[in-house]
Amino acid sequence: MDNLSTFPLELPADDKPMVRFQNVTKRYGALTVLDNLNLDVAEGEMVTIIGPSGSGKTTVLRMLMLEQIQGGVIYVDGRPITHMNKGGKLIPASEKYIRVAREDVGMCFQHFNLFPHMTAIQNCMEGPVQVLGMSKKDARERSEELLELVGMIDKKDQHPSRLSGGQQQRVAIARALAMRPKVLLLDEVTSALDPEVIGEVTEVIKNLVTAHNLTIMMVTHQMGFAREISDRVCFFYGGRIEEQGSPAELFGNPRKERTQQFLSAVKSAD
Amino acid sequence: MEWRWDFTWEIMPKMLAATGNTLIAAGLGYAIAIVVGLMLALAQRTPYRPVTLMVREFVEFIRSTPLVLQIFFVYYVGPQFGINLSPWVAGMIAIGLHYSAYLSEVYRGGIESVPAGQWEACRSISLSTRDTYFRIIIPQALPPSVAGMGNYLVGIFKDTPMLSVIGVAELMHAANAIGGQHYRYLEPYTIVGVVFLLISLPSAGLIRAFETWVRRKLGMT
Repeated sequence: MDNLSTFPLELPADDKPMVRFQNVTKRYGALTVLDNLNLDVAEGEMVTIIGPSGSGKTTVLRMLMLEQIQGGVIYVDGRPITHMNKGGKLIPASEKYIRVAREDVGMCFQHFNLFPHMTAIQNCMEGPVQVLGMSKKDARERSEELLELVGMIDKKDQHPSRLSGGQQQRVAIARALAMRPKVLLLDEVTSALDPEVIGEVTEVIKNLVTAHNLTIMMVTHQMGFAREISDRVCFFYGGRIEEQGSPAELFGNPRKERTQQFLSAVKSAD
Repeated sequence: MEWRWDFTWEIMPKMLAATGNTLIAAGLGYAIAIVVGLMLALAQRTPYRPVTLMVREFVEFIRSTPLVLQIFFVYYVGPQFGINLSPWVAGMIAIGLHYSAYLSEVYRGGIESVPAGQWEACRSISLSTRDTYFRIIIPQALPPSVAGMGNYLVGIFKDTPMLSVIGVAELMHAANAIGGQHYRYLEPYTIVGVVFLLISLPSAGLIRAFETWVRRKLGMT
């Protein structure tokens, strides 16, 4: 465990990225998945994380959402989400603190994880009503707007079992956005989809990036898509960022040998 | 010994009244078991080790000792500690607790059958633990639990005769009393058997129908 007093209680206004990983370490038993990671994501930035399996790329997203870390601090919008301020000192956050702090972070999953016993619009309304305390009427209006945005308004009263994978993922995106997150995490959201429906999901994401200035962190295997819409691409290897840069730099002119190997391997697989 | 229809009709009103008590006993006991069973299942999932261990042991203890012993225990040992309960109250506690242990296992299996992704989705929209269980996880755990829950409903119904040992006036108790009074056991016991058969037989089909209904109601077909 590191000395928490060296971490700021809050990030200063002139150095406040939307997301900051500061010396973050994550271990599963003896296995270190993230090794002293430092990563900033600016407000409105679209950062894509690529890398071979086991490189820790999905773990980066899960640290923001689902799991505890063994070292370091993660800040969202300047405030720590893994720790809380108690009497001017950072201490590991309580379950309750984490839940509130995480309201700024939304996530979409590889397997959608929609609630199967609820219709599309009920899925979207669940968080706003139960967590944010919105009235059903307001939550319904917000959810309808978002289902419109992802092109699913016609199917709003359908249960997930009646929807295709692409349609389910679009509803899942609307569900995440209904919480008005500052950061959206996309964890291999197209990996479980049939090739012919991947486009409908990537179109929605593209629209979010260009029209809505949302901060997005995305893990993907679709290099073409990553190249097209990312502001920055991070290549993960062995729990660290091996190389990062603009899509043009990283895909066009990778400097590290491991990056070159990885990119040529996925290219030949395409 | 020969079957006597006049005697059969004579005792029928008493037997039917006792059948009512049997159904009430099964229903009350099951209602207790459904609620307490859920509490036992959820208590085994709390992060507090001592609580989960204690509840686990309690469930194991109930499941590995005979129901009739538990009924005697609540009814006869209770008063020695100053807890005096009527046969009905003692019987309902004993049989309700007994079946809550079995139902908790059914719930546990149902809850474990809900995919991990559902928990993650709940976390992703910051749902509280309580809402996560009662709005997302338990509704999905229900359909796979219905069959097991139904089996134990039939089970508790068939175990109500054990309550006769402490004098609960259910069907078996009535049959014993009538038999002792008239020195004829053939008719009352036969009626008991027929009543249990008539109620138990269609239950399997009803449970299956209910399961389908639950699934449809939850939009999970």
